[in-house]
Amino acid sequence: MGLLLALITGILYSAAIYMMLRRSLAKLIIGLVLLGHASNMAIFTLGRLSKGNPPFIAEGATAVVPPYADPVPQALILTAIVIGFGIQAFAIVLIKRVYQETGSDDLDKLQTADDTLVRILKQIGKKNA
Amino acid sequence: MSLLVPLFIPFVAAVLCLAWWKDRRVQGWLSVAALAAMFVTALQLLFSVRAEGIQVVFAGAWEAPFGIVLAADLLSATMVTVTALVGVAVALFSIPAVDVKRESFGYYPLLNLLVFGVSGAFLAGDIFNLYVWFEVMLMSSFVLLALGGEKRQLEGAIMYVTINFISSAIFLAGVAILYSLTGTLNFADLALRLGDVPEKGLVTLVSMFFLVSFGIKAAMFPLFFWLPASYHTPPIAVSAIFSGLLTKVGVYALLRVFTLLFVHDLPYTSTVLMVLAACTMIAGVLGAAAQWDFRRILSFSIVSQIGYMVMGLALFTPLAIAGSIFFLLHNMVVKTSLFLIAGLVHHVKGSFKLRYIGGVYRDHFWLSILFLVAALSLAGLPPFSGFWAKFILVKAGIEAGEFWLVLVVVASSLMTLYYLTKIWNEVFWTNEPEELNDPEPHTPGPGPLWLMVLPVVVLVGITLAIGLNAEPIFDLARETADQLLGRDAYIRAVLGR
Repeated sequence: MGLLLALITGILYSAAIYMMLRRSLAKLIIGLVLLGHASNMAIFTLGRLSKGNPPFIAEGATAVVPPYADPVPQALILTAIVIGFGIQAFAIVLIKRVYQETGSDDLDKLQTADDTLVRILKQIGKKNA
Repeated sequence: MSLLVPLFIPFVAAVLCLAWWKDRRVQGWLSVAALAAMFVTALQLLFSVRAEGIQVVFAGAWEAPFGIVLAADLLSATMVTVTALVGVAVALFSIPAVDVKRESFGYYPLLNLLVFGVSGAFLAGDIFNLYVWFEVMLMSSFVLLALGGEKRQLEGAIMYVTINFISSAIFLAGVAILYSLTGTLNFADLALRLGDVPEKGLVTLVSMFFLVSFGIKAAMFPLFFWLPASYHTPPIAVSAIFSGLLTKVGVYALLRVFTLLFVHDLPYTSTVLMVLAACTMIAGVLGAAAQWDFRRILSFSIVSQIGYMVMGLALFTPLAIAGSIFFLLHNMVVKTSLFLIAGLVHHVKGSFKLRYIGGVYRDHFWLSILFLVAALSLAGLPPFSGFWAKFILVKAGIEAGEFWLVLVVVASSLMTLYYLTKIWNEVFWTNEPEELNDPEPHTPGPGPLWLMVLPVVVLVGITLAIGLNAEPIFDLARETADQLLGRDAYIRAVLGR
């Protein structure tokens, strides 16, 4: 089970990085979503998987009976999912606005990069042409 | 003074601003009043922490390490105080400077929430809680950056949101490994247990996760490209508060984890930090020297200044850490004031591009003097605050025997002077260029000029005051550094043993 989850985490990470390196804005968002999932899976897997008793102290007892599942990583993931969801929702609205403003889905068409650098590159391009 | 009071004042202010959604003036003055109150209470907190030691609040009375802890040591209290100072200055500047459209769509609530998130990050005593505060701060900063919906802003915001999401994902992965190694998230408990972890290599690995994550947030070399690509796009008040607070939270987080948690493999981490610090300084000044836009020069200059702060941490002597803290305090004030001065120049001349403006010295003499003081302070000329900050770092570098690093500091300071001279020549000294108009038209803010000048005068005055009377601030920085390096005080305060 641990091996399977580790593989899934790895696949999620690599898929996320691949998607983020594409030029399309929509694929960037998919990459971000996958990256969030990958981190959550990493927390889950690294939080030690254990089948066993629920982490409740039975009536009359003073401690949980091992083996029990650690609830903390799950609480962390829950928090991270909620925060990630908020950011992803914001990012989706943001790319919709960018698409409306620029009319393009191509990240390379954005002028975010250094204006001076872009100008120099254009000048070099003109000289070569 | 409980540490919760300065923390929750901006939160309450944000909620009240939402209640007065329709009345922008009430929102503006409410924010100024709230952040001023936060500054006063934060100052009280700082005095009480200095007199009585580290203050800890256990959320829901769950004892550490089981519950969430908020802790104010000297570093946290100092940072919260300066945050409130920067916040109140920018809020005051915003009232006349920010346009009606942005003000009516929640500018002030967001400003307060940003300050809330930043202060929370400074006070968090738990690594996962730190992540949550980071997200509070980032979420407000995302919206502030994109608010207004100009094309440039949206394009800058895409890059900013993406890089910060990646940084958070790396942070989370680091937390996951840390938790699997130690089974705890509390800073003090982690500090104790990391010493007993048998896999030292994994601890170093996880420290690099945090270095990359916080390095992105602090805009360290080679992870700084997002900063000059996004910081110049929003209105200048937003750029000013970002420059004063956001990257500094990254530096704070680095200071916290590399003095409290990851001290087991100092030769390795120090070398990495030292090389990165040197590269950050050089890359930042070279970038700034090549720019022809007021805000872009200042944005690159943020990057180079981060290098100095990391350098102090890398040297890891009490004097060097004190130098880092002194530099951090000085830089938050000076950088904010320089961005606000850029805003004033834009207000009177209508552009940020150096080629399209000139003659400010002739037309607005006192504005030039304000710039001159702030700029010389940034460059590190005596008698201003930047001189002492750099002097402490250089002295610490020589004492540690890292002469090449000192050489980099001096060279990059010289380059700092170069790009500031460029601004001085092009904006203040030359005649106004004739028949040259900035192709990007601007809408000047509605309010009175004196309201914009007042916060700048206060911030520049503080720089001057620190420069002329550096001893008390240095004593504070030195005490803070001793407290950071003697980790026991923090651990004892939180865990009670």
